[in-house]
Amino acid sequence: MEAVTMKKEKSQSHKQQPRWADLDLTNEKLIKMYRDMLAIRRFEERAAQEYGKGKIGGFCHLYIGQEATGVGAIAALREDDFIYTAYRDHGQALARGMNMKECMAELFGKVTGCSKGMGGSMHFYDVSKGFMGGWGIVGGHPPLAAGTAFATKYQGRDSVTVCFLGEAATNQGVFHETLNMAELWKLPVIFICENNGYGMGTAISRAMAGENLYDKAAGYLMNRGAVNGMDVIEMYREMKKAIHLARTEFRPTFLEARTYRYRGHSMSDPGQYRTKEEIEEYKKKDPVETFPKELIQWGILTEADIEKMDEEIRAEVQEAVEFADASPQPPIEQLYEYVYA
Amino acid sequence: MAILQIREAINQAIAEEMERDPGVFIMGEEVAQYNGAYKVTQGLWKRFGDKRVIDTPITEAGFAGIGIGAALAGIGVRPIVEMMTWNFAILAFDQIINHAAKARYMSGGQFKVPIVFRGPNGPAHMLSAQHSQALESMMAHVPGLIVMTPSTPYDAKGMLKTAIRDDNPVIFMESELMYGIKGEVPEEEYLIPIGKGDIKREGTDVTIIAWTKMVAVALKAAAELEKEGINAEVIDPRTLRPLDEELIINSVKKTNRVVIVEDSWPFASVGTEIAFRIHTKAFDYLDAPIEKINSADVPMPYAENLENESIPSPGKVIAAVKKVLYR
Repeated sequence: MEAVTMKKEKSQSHKQQPRWADLDLTNEKLIKMYRDMLAIRRFEERAAQEYGKGKIGGFCHLYIGQEATGVGAIAALREDDFIYTAYRDHGQALARGMNMKECMAELFGKVTGCSKGMGGSMHFYDVSKGFMGGWGIVGGHPPLAAGTAFATKYQGRDSVTVCFLGEAATNQGVFHETLNMAELWKLPVIFICENNGYGMGTAISRAMAGENLYDKAAGYLMNRGAVNGMDVIEMYREMKKAIHLARTEFRPTFLEARTYRYRGHSMSDPGQYRTKEEIEEYKKKDPVETFPKELIQWGILTEADIEKMDEEIRAEVQEAVEFADASPQPPIEQLYEYVYA
Repeated sequence: MAILQIREAINQAIAEEMERDPGVFIMGEEVAQYNGAYKVTQGLWKRFGDKRVIDTPITEAGFAGIGIGAALAGIGVRPIVEMMTWNFAILAFDQIINHAAKARYMSGGQFKVPIVFRGPNGPAHMLSAQHSQALESMMAHVPGLIVMTPSTPYDAKGMLKTAIRDDNPVIFMESELMYGIKGEVPEEEYLIPIGKGDIKREGTDVTIIAWTKMVAVALKAAAELEKEGINAEVIDPRTLRPLDEELIINSVKKTNRVVIVEDSWPFASVGTEIAFRIHTKAFDYLDAPIEKINSADVPMPYAENLENESIPSPGKVIAAVKKVLYR
């Protein structure tokens, strides 16, 4: 995968086989990938509304636009693999199969939340599913992911650990320290750098020397490359390769997923540092819009299926909001719980 | 009973725990092939090999985080992360404070964080400001961390074994100037619980509270004071967080006078917190305001005379004791 450039999107119409024919993707799995993306989109749209109503506090970073990156990557994982991510964590949590009600309840600060109301938007966890959070310091969590990879290797397991991070995190020192040790010690960790082009309001071109993010891994001789993060199939394909290297040879990978967030950095950001045209350009590549068209084209889904699916998801989101709303806040005694084991 | 140096006692604790539990490993700068910057890990690499005694690059935040991530995995791995000194651990404070200390809380109790960060802390000798400072107050400030500061070989071994077995992040602070100090260490296994202090010298006239290498300063002062007919009690909390408040308060109730000795800076220190707790829990027992001796409120100077002026000494402790005794 070394220094790959992204392939131009081609029309599928003349082909006999779908472009994923070489992958282990059943129709069932393809449908699930689409459903997961749609569920994230609907969940996040609703989170934005509930934030506006004052039901959700603090910072709230939405995953809208980046769904294909998380879903494509996580679909390639096994149940005994681990996932770390930063504070924009709702999407990966849902893609990992975390309970939507518990996720919404966490946003609402309720005891029924996935972190019992102690973490909020930025700190989703479900350790039982290998979903290791949900970390709020830019560039702080990559060594944790490398450490979990260290532990699985130490214990003779063949699990891999995935670390999602934003592109701005790659300017942090600890990120480089981690890449160095991950390669030096051959840790089964995959860094998926979600390059959405902006570290909060600062375009990457104003914050990073150099052109390609994945070049940063070159100094450590790490397997690396870029992938179209707006394409769930390409994400899956590149992840499969990286996972194979990590699982069988303990080789880490740095994968730059080029993606885009349609909304501001967080709910308090109107995103005025970007042009409307730029946002519209990316929306044309929107995986939630384009991927189902392919599925229809190959007869995997019909328009009617999609409509029905969307209705189901909207109902599920509605149910999650009702659950979150009706749930109690944590009991006051919980203030002092969980400080120490 | 064997007579061991503190470095040997710590080495024994690590070796015994590694022997007992294959999930225990140690990583840090120069811990393996070099046998440790202060020879604390002498022989461990030969005995346990590359897998479990791991030399790291000079990258404190990075390997602290890798240790934390290994602990978070929840698959029976218990890292010991050696910081060559706590001065360098400052680079890793984000990992320790923002990640290790908060993982359990933020996740609503889903994580355990069985990790020990250990290494020498406090003023050393003629190293100037960046290599000579006591940082326990900063660490003790943070909920989610346990802070242990041993003062003898016996304590160091029993406390470290407990720290390694604990499921919380433990900050274990030793001292460069104490590694060669000798003391009795039993052959048989023993553990010293977290949060349990010790009376290092029984007395009736004044309570001197000190930890790590300030215990020796306090004991020297006590020996001098005895010649003048003053019988000082020396209390070593051993663990600073959680603090053995009961031991301290009981001693204050007996002596009614308190001197706190610490080689960290004075502002918002552990000693300040101890003084506050004594004021709120034993105010009526106090016969004099509490005295507190710290390192001077300056970065550490290099020049020997200025350094000596900066750090607590038996003479300063004696003067403080006389002050609280109105003598």
